[in-house]
Amino acid sequence: MSKENSVRQKHCDVVVIGAGPAGLAAASQASGAGAQVLLIDQSLRPGGQFWRHASEEHDADPGRWHHGWNTYTQLAKVLERAIGTGRVEHLSGHHVLTGERTGTGLGLTVQPVPELADGVRGLITVEAPAVVLCPGAYDRQLPVPGWTLPGVMAAGGVQAFIKTQGAAPGRRAVLAGTGPFLLSAAASVIQAGGEVAAVCEAADLTGWVPHGVAAALVPSKGLEGAEYISLLAKHRVPYLRRTAVTAIHGEQRAEKVTVSRLDRHGAVVAGTEKHFNDVDLVGLGWGFVPQSELVVQFGAQTRIDIDGSLIGVVDTRQHSSVEGLYLAGEITGVAGATAAVAEGRIAGYAAAWMAGYRVRGARQAAAAQRDKILRANHRAFARAMHTAHPLPAGWESWMQEETTVCRCEEVPYHRIRESTETLSAQEPRGLKGTTRTGMGWCQGRICGAAAICLAKSSGDQRKEQAARAVAKRPLAAPVRLSDLAESRAQTRPLKAP
Amino acid sequence: MSETITLSVDGEEITIEPKRTVAAALMLAAERPAWRRTRFNNEPRGLFCGIGVCFDCLVTVNGEASLRACLIPAEDGMVIETSERGTR
Repeated sequence: MSKENSVRQKHCDVVVIGAGPAGLAAASQASGAGAQVLLIDQSLRPGGQFWRHASEEHDADPGRWHHGWNTYTQLAKVLERAIGTGRVEHLSGHHVLTGERTGTGLGLTVQPVPELADGVRGLITVEAPAVVLCPGAYDRQLPVPGWTLPGVMAAGGVQAFIKTQGAAPGRRAVLAGTGPFLLSAAASVIQAGGEVAAVCEAADLTGWVPHGVAAALVPSKGLEGAEYISLLAKHRVPYLRRTAVTAIHGEQRAEKVTVSRLDRHGAVVAGTEKHFNDVDLVGLGWGFVPQSELVVQFGAQTRIDIDGSLIGVVDTRQHSSVEGLYLAGEITGVAGATAAVAEGRIAGYAAAWMAGYRVRGARQAAAAQRDKILRANHRAFARAMHTAHPLPAGWESWMQEETTVCRCEEVPYHRIRESTETLSAQEPRGLKGTTRTGMGWCQGRICGAAAICLAKSSGDQRKEQAARAVAKRPLAAPVRLSDLAESRAQTRPLKAP
Repeated sequence: MSETITLSVDGEEITIEPKRTVAAALMLAAERPAWRRTRFNNEPRGLFCGIGVCFDCLVTVNGEASLRACLIPAEDGMVIETSERGTR
């Protein structure tokens, strides 16, 4: 953790934001080309959410919880060497609050993550000609009655817990939502010694059939899926297709789960309820939301991806519409870690090139060609996956009047309905103003997907406007006013770095 | 580094493995699925997103309020205060 309070301004050739698969690859490529790289990451250890792990001091074999761990260890080794030679500075435990175009390049303000900083709070400003933004994604959520009960978690949160703690956050779990990630999360629970009562998949999986060719392009994904399926079969875990968790029950915590069959529009089929008793952990995940606030802050061009996510538009070099701003990983479309690494390398190379560090040669050309093929194949696979695992259009059929939509501001479903029906709050900003949906601590990160659906934002352009409104946050990470005031007071004379 | 560390949770001492986050310590060692009540409905809340996005798991650590329990590595001698004493 960097604690030099006196250093308030930093300059470098390339800033990489995020030390997950894309960011690590970008930092390694850019520094390898000779650029001076500043790698900024929220966590203390590199790896991002995908390779989140305990320190080796606490877990001698963190690789057992992971896929592609060899890729991580190789990237981590390169990073360590580059840190050793001074080519990379790793600013861990820091988050980026703002990003903007300056007269001469791109500017960022950065702050220590309060939870990791031991009271250190000063802002750091960074300026560079090139920024590679690799912010990753978090679980997409749909509300369901009882989802605020303790014991109900994001599916990705369940897996993150297991990867760092080596233990499951509950004894007996139900995983529900849509997408192959549910299988991965269920496998983690079993591996950590927990029991999985059921995996509920809202899709019927026939959506994969017309995309068999795309799936065949990425055999590793098929293999990974087969591993999960066989592990679940071995533990006799029911994999319930076209089924959703439609209510979670309990007094002080989750105790029992109701699941229902969905029709082909994703609406609940009445009379098909089944109950799972003695469940103390529910993991919910409906795909992923790329962290797009910095893209929106920079003013880069965005679009709605096939899964409904707001993503940044990039060219073949991963360059956005803003000069010097490169994007890699989930922010250009949720496609997983292998695509992210390939994109990270492409972006890191291009960013270093832009900053004046130019590597040519046959080896580089061949490597770049491999990355482009990897990227194309994994993007095709991701399109097939998103098509086969849509958000169920009829999800509102399991909502009850009192079901909480916005967890922070405790806004119930009926209040949102009143607002959209009588006050014509036809977009998330209107909902915010009339109901406070999305105004709490998380700034609409958790309820944003639901708010976009509920505000009846239809049509791609309306949807993009709605998603941009949700992602428009003046600060990319929540900051306490006292910290800002303190930082202002501290921004007295700047010592040269 | 010792095999275990000790934290104070609402005045009660708990002994945990050193790799725990504060959230994991509360859930696994203190058997506390919830450690906060909401403003309006007084509902119990605990860990939800697990990765610092949702702010449901807020807790007071060493006198500093509103910190995300999922992000904080537990340290020996840490004083944790919740607004949810003894809810099981």
